[in-house]
Amino acid sequence: MSDLQELYQSVILDHNRSPRNFGPLDGATGTADGKNPLCGDQVSVAVRLEGDRLDAVRFTGSGCAISKASASLMTAAVQGKTREEVESLFHRFHALVTGTLPPAEMTKEQLGQLIVFSGVSRYPIRVKCASLAWHTLRAALADDATTSAMPVTTE
Amino acid sequence: MTTSLIAEGTTAHASLAPRHDFPLLAEQPALRYLDSAATSQKPQVVLDALTGFYATANANPHRGAYALSAAATDAYHAARATIARFLGAADPETLVFTRGTTEAMNLVANAWGAAHVQAGDEIVVTALEHHANFIPWQQLAKRTGATFRIVELTADQRIDLDHLASLLSSRTRVVAITHVSNAVGAITPVHEVVRLVRAHTNALLVLDGAQGAPHLPVAFDTLGVDFYAFSGHKMLGPMGIGGVIGTRARWAECQPWQFGGDMIEWVHDQDSTWNVLPYRFEAGTPNAADAVGLAAGVQYLAALDMAAVRAHELALLDYAHARLADVEGLHIFGPPPAERSGVLSFALADVHPHDLATILDEHGVCIRAGHHCAQPLMRRLGVSATARASLYVYTDARDIDALVDALVHARRIFGATS
Ligand SMILES: Cc1ncc(COP(=O)(O)O)c(C=O)c1O
Repeated sequence: MSDLQELYQSVILDHNRSPRNFGPLDGATGTADGKNPLCGDQVSVAVRLEGDRLDAVRFTGSGCAISKASASLMTAAVQGKTREEVESLFHRFHALVTGTLPPAEMTKEQLGQLIVFSGVSRYPIRVKCASLAWHTLRAALADDATTSAMPVTTE
Repeated sequence: MTTSLIAEGTTAHASLAPRHDFPLLAEQPALRYLDSAATSQKPQVVLDALTGFYATANANPHRGAYALSAAATDAYHAARATIARFLGAADPETLVFTRGTTEAMNLVANAWGAAHVQAGDEIVVTALEHHANFIPWQQLAKRTGATFRIVELTADQRIDLDHLASLLSSRTRVVAITHVSNAVGAITPVHEVVRLVRAHTNALLVLDGAQGAPHLPVAFDTLGVDFYAFSGHKMLGPMGIGGVIGTRARWAECQPWQFGGDMIEWVHDQDSTWNVLPYRFEAGTPNAADAVGLAAGVQYLAALDMAAVRAHELALLDYAHARLADVEGLHIFGPPPAERSGVLSFALADVHPHDLATILDEHGVCIRAGHHCAQPLMRRLGVSATARASLYVYTDARDIDALVDALVHARRIFGATS
């Protein structure tokens, strides 16, 4: 597989074309807006927590294929997880896309479908596309609905 | 110099300037550099001029009473004269060096604007502007309480001259307009704009020449505008040098905006007096080396002949349009080539510009994807970004062919059926 084929795997192209969990969320307990000022990508993430557990996550926004597919696959991956589980998955995902995840942990067991983002680390310019939705999700989880949504930008 | 096929009216296959004059392009024969609107590549003569200054004439200009400092001063003055002549200004001292267009616009907005714009006045810009010719005026309006007005565009992103005319009145204090749009390439009909502005206002008329000076013949003295700003790095020169040419009358209305060495005549304990034009507006050690580099760049352009540069880009644009017609789902923004500089700003159905840039890069094709520092324009286009390929003197048909091949590949990756 060429670098380009690995970046644009069919799962990513599919989620780009038909993003899952796309649209507003009823009864959201937290929301956040993320922006990538460099390329104009925008994503809003809304979460509904039940206790410590993520009962529902949805997103809206526009952006490149990597950012859209990342948001879509993220919402599927974190559904039903606790805050702590989300946090640990985020760190694993971040290590994957920045190329710092030990090869032994680059498995479907550890990452689930998120493994399709393994090609991103070869394209350092695109890391922020892949991580924007995740940073925004973490801000939405920190948003307790008494403060207004925090703007998020990527590193 | 190579003879251009275009000049003979045949197809646009050759570049106007030989690729081997540009060390980076010579070193990377497979590179298809289509981002000259962001910054141009530099010919060897410019690099030689830079090292030549540092190797033979390096001293602080205007400061030392020794021969080497005089040599540095002479080189700096000669560069000013060369660049002024290239841009059609007979009086070199009306050219003030800056870091580029951004600093030039901030200079004019502060040095002229702060003293002449007040609440109730109106400042007019267009929806085409680069942020560098938008925000300085927007913020000046905000500071002074002036009204900030934006000229809207036609359906093909040209300045709507009727709308411009309708906004002009005796309240208009500043009209700041781009000569050529960096985002879509639209060329402003300057004579028409000058006629309208002069007929209806006494306003200061400022032209953003960042994309005009590199691509079109410019004759400041007959243009009829008050200030013309440019960036050296987009016209074969080094980064960090550019300037603004103004009429003596308008410069006389400006107040110093940056203070320090070189710009003073005499410093008393409680007040100071100022040096003459152009030094009054060049505080601190000047960027003499880059000015010398840019002078070599404009001499190279003058030898190519700016009319030939325009003809070359136009022929390549026509060639590109013909080839791109085969790419399904492609939409090119901006007016037709005859009214457009060497810029192809486009959208490809279902493929985001950022993804395009990554795929094209894999083919060695460098394009820009993004808002091109023109967010007001992007809002009006209803997009967050466009993909932009831009041409220059070293661009040839191989660059266009590689662009077309890469776009077809992008469509294949994204599962287009064609
Ligand atoms: C039309 C236009 N205006 C202003 C600028 C700003 O120029 P610089 O960044 O060289 O100051 C640019 C280039 O980026 C431009 O294309």
